Amino acid sequence: MIENLFEYEFLRNTFFTGLLVGIIAPLLGTFIVVRRLSLIADALSHVTLAGIAFGLLLEKKYTIGFLTPFYTGMGFSVIGSIFIEKLRSVYKAYQELAIPIILSGGVGLSVIFISLANGFNTDLYNYLFGSVSAVSRNDLYSILAISIVVIVILTLFYKELFTLSFDEEHAVVTGIHAKRIHFLFILLTALVIAASIRIVGVLLVSALMTLPVAASIRIAKGFKQTIILSIIFGEISVIIGLVSGYYLEIPPGGTIVLTSILILLLVIAFKRLHVSYAEKKVIQ
Amino acid sequence: MSESLVSMKNVSYSYETTKALIDINFEIKKGAFIGLVGPNGGGKTTLIKLLLGLAKNQKGSIELFGTKINKFKDWNKIGFVSQKANSFNKGFPATVYEVVSMGLTAKVGYFKFLSKADRRQIETAVNQVGMLDYLHQNIGDLSGGQQQRVFIARSLVSNPELLILDEPTVGVDTENVRKFYDLLHNLNEKQNISLLLVTHDTGTMTHHATDIVCLNKTLHFHGKPTEFTNLSDRELSNIYGHPLNVVTHNH
Repeated sequence: MIENLFEYEFLRNTFFTGLLVGIIAPLLGTFIVVRRLSLIADALSHVTLAGIAFGLLLEKKYTIGFLTPFYTGMGFSVIGSIFIEKLRSVYKAYQELAIPIILSGGVGLSVIFISLANGFNTDLYNYLFGSVSAVSRNDLYSILAISIVVIVILTLFYKELFTLSFDEEHAVVTGIHAKRIHFLFILLTALVIAASIRIVGVLLVSALMTLPVAASIRIAKGFKQTIILSIIFGEISVIIGLVSGYYLEIPPGGTIVLTSILILLLVIAFKRLHVSYAEKKVIQ
Repeated sequence: MSESLVSMKNVSYSYETTKALIDINFEIKKGAFIGLVGPNGGGKTTLIKLLLGLAKNQKGSIELFGTKINKFKDWNKIGFVSQKANSFNKGFPATVYEVVSMGLTAKVGYFKFLSKADRRQIETAVNQVGMLDYLHQNIGDLSGGQQQRVFIARSLVSNPELLILDEPTVGVDTENVRKFYDLLHNLNEKQNISLLLVTHDTGTMTHHATDIVCLNKTLHFHGKPTEFTNLSDRELSNIYGHPLNVVTHNH
């Protein structure tokens, strides 16, 4: 793949996009996991699918150059995020209800748009499971822009988001605008999901946001270390997943997620060994 | 006369049709250590929510540091340790340092990062509660009493003049409760931080507080601890709705 990387532009696009997604998905994912919102990423990815299906339908029936499935997907994801926040404030005592409502709504819309566009095609398959060959130069630039926006906003609002994630009541008492920060956060989530779908696909995007964090949370000391380790695990998964997906001719979504799971299992085993070694030492 | 930090005049509050507070007149002066006691459902938590702006004032006037509560912006002057502080997500990957740093988030403000002085301030606050040895440990790995100290440090880090604690010793063992009161005593006497402590532990309160306030929807008692212990059984059972013995013990 390395020699082909210099030869073929599409591979370069995919590789660089993968590296970017490997940073922003686990970075935002750390906040998602500690706020116990892992399933929200899933709900949003299904709404994004509806947007993508809508874009594919538009492409097939009309020729609207700028409204590619990537952008319609992103649009739907952002609208879905706004709905989730609304639903979570309507059902304060049942905040998780927002997830099945938005998720099923997304799948329902997807089914309608897909059948209106006369069923499945390769494009849709690529969006579902990711692809090593589907990233255009424009996609790469858009994802680069999204990554910069996400990293800058997360850096600027890091302390507010961290404080809110840990203890919302205390954060509000000290004068932090919880609602605005929540809204910003869910908007970023929508953007990161839209950006990641090209590489890992709709069905597996939430895995790249949560699995590296699940591994790092087992061994990290503190929040910053959790973020750094999550990004390292995310990057390892993306690189190994993309390379193996390319050689095995499998959509990279599958190989990336399986690599993440492997890392997770290794970390759990390492932690267990470490703990039992420490216990033995104490007993002796 | 010492400065008034909190002043409530004719404050009433109700949840839909249930009255929680009726015509409360109450003041906290600088340097005071007030023990707020009273039966469950007597409105103690509601009173604190009003003071912290977590519940909207419905009737009467509330002033904080001489400013009407709806105009009050200086929330750093008030530290708060919640009843729920101990029910945080124990698996949250945050070190003691990181948890205490959260106390500075609002003070530092949006779009700004913690300065060197802020970092020193964090270490000072952790030291104040005697947890410096645990600075880089995950909070979830500490004992309940240690976690409680960290939450106090989080409130102290912004240098508050008034610290409000809502039943902070729930779930903390006797030995740590004693250490906890020593810490409060130190904060009040040596560092001149005024305290409002909500508690069920009337006995210990009478030993440490400068004032006792007893609340059961209305303010039943506001005076010195000795006066509270001298209340007759009949007066106490009138307040609590059931007989109550105040056992004073030196923790």
